[in-house]
Amino acid sequence: MTVLVLAQHDNRTIDKATLHTVGAAARLPGPVHVLVAGADCDPAAQAAARLSGVERVLRVEHPAYADPLAEDLAALLVAVAEGYDHLLAPATTFGKNVLPRAAALLDVAMVSDVVEILGPATFKRYIYAGNALATVESLDPRRLLTIRTTSFPVAGEGGAAEIATVAAVEPAGLASFLGREVAKRERPELTSARVVVSGGRGMGSGENFKILDELADLLGAAVGASRAAVDAGFVPNEYQVGQTGKIVAPELYVAIGISGAIQHLAGMKDSKVIVAINKDEEAPIFQVADYGLVGDLFKLVPELTAELRRARG
Amino acid sequence: MRVLVPVKRVVDYNVKIRVKPDQSGVDTGNVKMSMNPFDEIANEEAIRLKEKGIASEIVAVSLGESRCQETLRTALAMGADRAILVETTIELQPLAVAKLLAAVVAREQPGLVLMGKQAIDDDSNQTAQMLAGLLGWPQATFASRIDIADGKATVAREVDEGIERIVVRLPAVVSVDLRLNEPRYASLPNIMKAKKKPLDVLTPEALGVDPAPRLRYVRVGEPPKRKAGVKLASVQELVARLKGEAGVI
Ligand SMILES: Cc1cc2nc3c(=O)[nH]c(=O)nc-3n(C[C@H](O)[C@H](O)[C@H](O)COP(=O)(O)OP(=O)(O)OC[C@H]3O[C@@H](n4cnc5c(N)ncnc54)[C@H](O)[C@@H]3O)c2cc1C
Ligand SMILES: Nc1ncnc2c1ncn2[C@@H]1O[C@H](COP(=O)(O)O)[C@@H](O)[C@H]1O
Repeated sequence: MTVLVLAQHDNRTIDKATLHTVGAAARLPGPVHVLVAGADCDPAAQAAARLSGVERVLRVEHPAYADPLAEDLAALLVAVAEGYDHLLAPATTFGKNVLPRAAALLDVAMVSDVVEILGPATFKRYIYAGNALATVESLDPRRLLTIRTTSFPVAGEGGAAEIATVAAVEPAGLASFLGREVAKRERPELTSARVVVSGGRGMGSGENFKILDELADLLGAAVGASRAAVDAGFVPNEYQVGQTGKIVAPELYVAIGISGAIQHLAGMKDSKVIVAINKDEEAPIFQVADYGLVGDLFKLVPELTAELRRARG
Repeated sequence: MRVLVPVKRVVDYNVKIRVKPDQSGVDTGNVKMSMNPFDEIANEEAIRLKEKGIASEIVAVSLGESRCQETLRTALAMGADRAILVETTIELQPLAVAKLLAAVVAREQPGLVLMGKQAIDDDSNQTAQMLAGLLGWPQATFASRIDIADGKATVAREVDEGIERIVVRLPAVVSVDLRLNEPRYASLPNIMKAKKKPLDVLTPEALGVDPAPRLRYVRVGEPPKRKAGVKLASVQELVARLKGEAGVI
């Protein structure tokens, strides 16, 4: 039995989500291989080869893989799939885009967003916005899984895998990449931050998110948001935490002006400690919060920032 | 151009679902059912394409029990032209849905399939990608903007890093995200009119597809529960607790 992990990377470094996926692969029987498809991706392939537990890196070069399309990566996965019992990708928008397409081409019913690996064919995943936890057994001879990164530890360094060069599959040319608008990131990335401070509709405006930024900077936190705050245009889409946004599980999650709809809870209820600030003492967010402050966020958040500053001395 | 819109009947997003005591699944008896919210957005987009003169006909498709007809009537009341029910009582999983939809596509020859990125019951986020793969069509997932011209769709996609833009050649499969549009409500006259719109019923056998599930749901249990904590009187107390007993700052 051999496991193949599809790496998400920027040709230089391996994305953190992939490190968690390699961590999950270690729970499966058999050696772990990592597929690095890119353009001038040798540094990324080298980085993958240093991950502990990785036996071989398949490096595939093609100019089209600079900003790879699902069509091309799925075709590549099908081409290399022979000999692999498990194909894994992180449950990021990257992995979710590619893996189901490859699964259909391989005629495999894949399992999305795996949170626990119980055996080679048995996995746990959440359904209904996290309101039920299902144990799923795959009846196919081969298994394709996307991995919920917050549920598995990252693979460490210390490996020395061999790097094999594999031929690319000529792109079909059905689609082309135009561009990517990536917000410049001054703060830690949402899904891997140790602390997350999120704002909801109660923030009232994008301008008001400044008071969260100050708090976040003091805590070294990432800033997130509810769907309502994103829909209202306060912050961009990549801030959204929840069933249909990002899944986070930081040490500390601070929910500010967020009511606590099940769709939001689905994205953060595995956080270690949850703090809620809301003026409505009946807000459902208090049912999952370890610590709650009832009151006006525009008064409490600046007070909290000041108190943290004082506590730091 | 014909647009195909797959719409799934799911437990309404406002319902707090309950796990069955024998852990065999989720209790869906006597709960409010609705069209999957993402599919409403897809249907709305198709209707807007028709209003712009880009789409000529909208065909809504649902797969499942006979009661999916209600969901199809909703799609018709919003503005779809006709509907197809692929009727089966077998539990349908994304791969089977994709195969059945591929067979419907072969019959209907649409220029575009517009569908939800995710069904809010199984939360799989697979079917659109699988359908595109089976058809050998390009895919544009998680769309927050779609512009169609010259046989191509330019799509803005919501990705983890921000927004990505791609162009796909038609025919294509596009899955929609939350920010694409705000679906309209069906007016009463349109609900009445929808009752007279054509609704064909097919079966998996007629489409030549074996829809048997290939994932076995061994157990469906309660998720780990969090206990409600304490409400504190001041930010001073909060900081003290976070530093002290919680040890997170
Ligand atoms: C298909 C689907 C998918 C969805 N996916 C997601 C998702 O991924 N993530 C997500 O978050 N949501 C999602 N939602 C939306 C979800 O159902 C809720 O509508 C949303 O989470 C509400 O956001 P909110 O808590 O910011 O707003 P609201 O529910 O309006 O809550 C605002 C809160 O702010 C408080 N407040 C207001 N002013 C102040 C003040 N001055 N001081 C203190 N408190 C104040 C109020 O008391 C209230 O509790 C989804 C919905 C659907 C249908
Ligand atoms: N039984 C079904 N009938 C119609 N459309 C479906 C069905 N199941 C899934 N779909 C479509 O596939 C999308 C994604 O579903 P999923 O892959 O299950 O998350 C949905 O938003 C629908 O557009």
